Amino acid sequence: MNPVLTVFKRELRSYFATPVAYVFIEIFLLLSGSFTFYLGGFYQRGQADLEPFFSFHPWLYLFLVPAVAMRLWAEERKTGTIELLLTLPITMWQAVLGKFLAAWAFVGVALALTFPIWITVNYLGDPDNGVIVTSYIGSFLMAGAFLAIGACISATTRNQVIAFILTVVVCFLLLLAGYPLVLDFFRSFAPQAVVDAISGLSFLTHFDAISKGVIDLRDLIYFALTIGFWLYANAIVIDLRKAD
Amino acid sequence: MIETSQLTKHYGNLTAVDHISFKAQPGQVLGFLGPNGAGKSTTMKMIAGFLAPSSGSARVCGFDVETQPLEAKRVLGYLPEGAPSYGEMTPRVFLEFVADLRGLTGDLRRRRLDDVIGRLHLDKVLSQPIDTLSKGFKRRVGLAQAILHDPPALILDEPTDGLDPNQKHEVRALINAMARDKIIVISTHILEEVHAVCNRAVIIAAGKLLADATPAELEARSRYHGAVSLTAANAEQARAALAAVADIESIEIDPQDQRLTAFPRAGKAIFAAVSEVVKAQGIAVSELQLEAGRLDEVFRTITQPHVKEARA
Repeated sequence: MNPVLTVFKRELRSYFATPVAYVFIEIFLLLSGSFTFYLGGFYQRGQADLEPFFSFHPWLYLFLVPAVAMRLWAEERKTGTIELLLTLPITMWQAVLGKFLAAWAFVGVALALTFPIWITVNYLGDPDNGVIVTSYIGSFLMAGAFLAIGACISATTRNQVIAFILTVVVCFLLLLAGYPLVLDFFRSFAPQAVVDAISGLSFLTHFDAISKGVIDLRDLIYFALTIGFWLYANAIVIDLRKAD
Repeated sequence: MIETSQLTKHYGNLTAVDHISFKAQPGQVLGFLGPNGAGKSTTMKMIAGFLAPSSGSARVCGFDVETQPLEAKRVLGYLPEGAPSYGEMTPRVFLEFVADLRGLTGDLRRRRLDDVIGRLHLDKVLSQPIDTLSKGFKRRVGLAQAILHDPPALILDEPTDGLDPNQKHEVRALINAMARDKIIVISTHILEEVHAVCNRAVIIAAGKLLADATPAELEARSRYHGAVSLTAANAEQARAALAAVADIESIEIDPQDQRLTAFPRAGKAIFAAVSEVVKAQGIAVSELQLEAGRLDEVFRTITQPHVKEARA
């Protein structure tokens, strides 16, 4: 069997071996549902779409995804299994990729379990299902980007709490990279080109574009590059800090 | 063959491993001895391909651990310090995971799994999460993982640490049973283990290789080598009687148990002379022993100057 798949299977199983998986999935479903109905005004809007549902995903992910990612490498470090894993005949890339994909698949399961709301909206009205599909894709890609950041930060420490908090902060800054909170800070010293580049890094801008039903190649490339970049950094961090 | 050449590891200013070179051949059980922090584990981690050497190289069965890492890892079984394993998994699932990553399939996979489960007596705990197992079982799961693919070369970092005497005995028996056709490197700071399993010992302190010899050769370096110890009813009377033996260099009496030890002059054998004197003078002796040498004393003599130097 392919080593990536073997690592993937082990990692995914480990989520379900503890209550973590069930707690996570339940909280995710509960929050995404209540945000949609109470904060998003699902009924009051009188529109058959899932915009209020998806618009809260970035904020849900901000706290929930780092919780999934924090254990990825920090736990391996803490228990010493990182030494076991990396002295088995697999490459660093296979390990990094297998673990990341497992976490991503896990979040994917949670996301897929929100399907009743899709059925509900189809029952209540006649939504544009194409938009809903692209929104799901966008949401899944964004979760992957959050996870890649979390995996990389998790590799820097053996303490899961530190990994969690740092990941939340980094994700928060990236979420809001297109907003004044972040941009004003950079405007004070950086040239306009840099400020524009940073605003282009914003998760929200790219997610909004996809969840409007437009799959722009640039948005896909953006998420793919973000994931690739952070996983690459993940591998480098592990290589550099193996001894700690 | 496991071979290191000028293997070195720096952590910032600290040199954890300092130009260590040795070769281990099939059939050899090489014991790595050294005080804590001597660089034993770091050396093993470099051979296992976990840490990259700062300079020098290591080869396992001809594969360079840096340029051919996968090939080197395939022929090596490795038990990391503390025998880490995934606590939420059961031994069976854990071993199957390792078997998959080792590329074992079909009949061979089943046979190897059965073999290590039987050898390490894991059958009763196979479906219990590893977290809930005793320390002895955890260590055995780690060992099972290391020998699962029947590797020609084995590195075991403190394989008996934390085990009770019965378990230690079992693990040593296992190592002895595998020793015939494998290259085995074990690290330990238990000196009796060197006698029990190793046919060669390497002493490391402060990252430097200080001695490389058989346990018997190491013992021969001891000042106790060839000395004769006895417990007499009257130690002072025995001392006075033995003072007449020409080849005895000095006599010491242990203040605690009144055991007397007579040290020979260099290159002289004194056992016959001592027993002669004891018999002739009618000294009441409850025990009389020829000393082979004391490893712990040799170990201290070799490593102590370096340990102090490292602290200074």
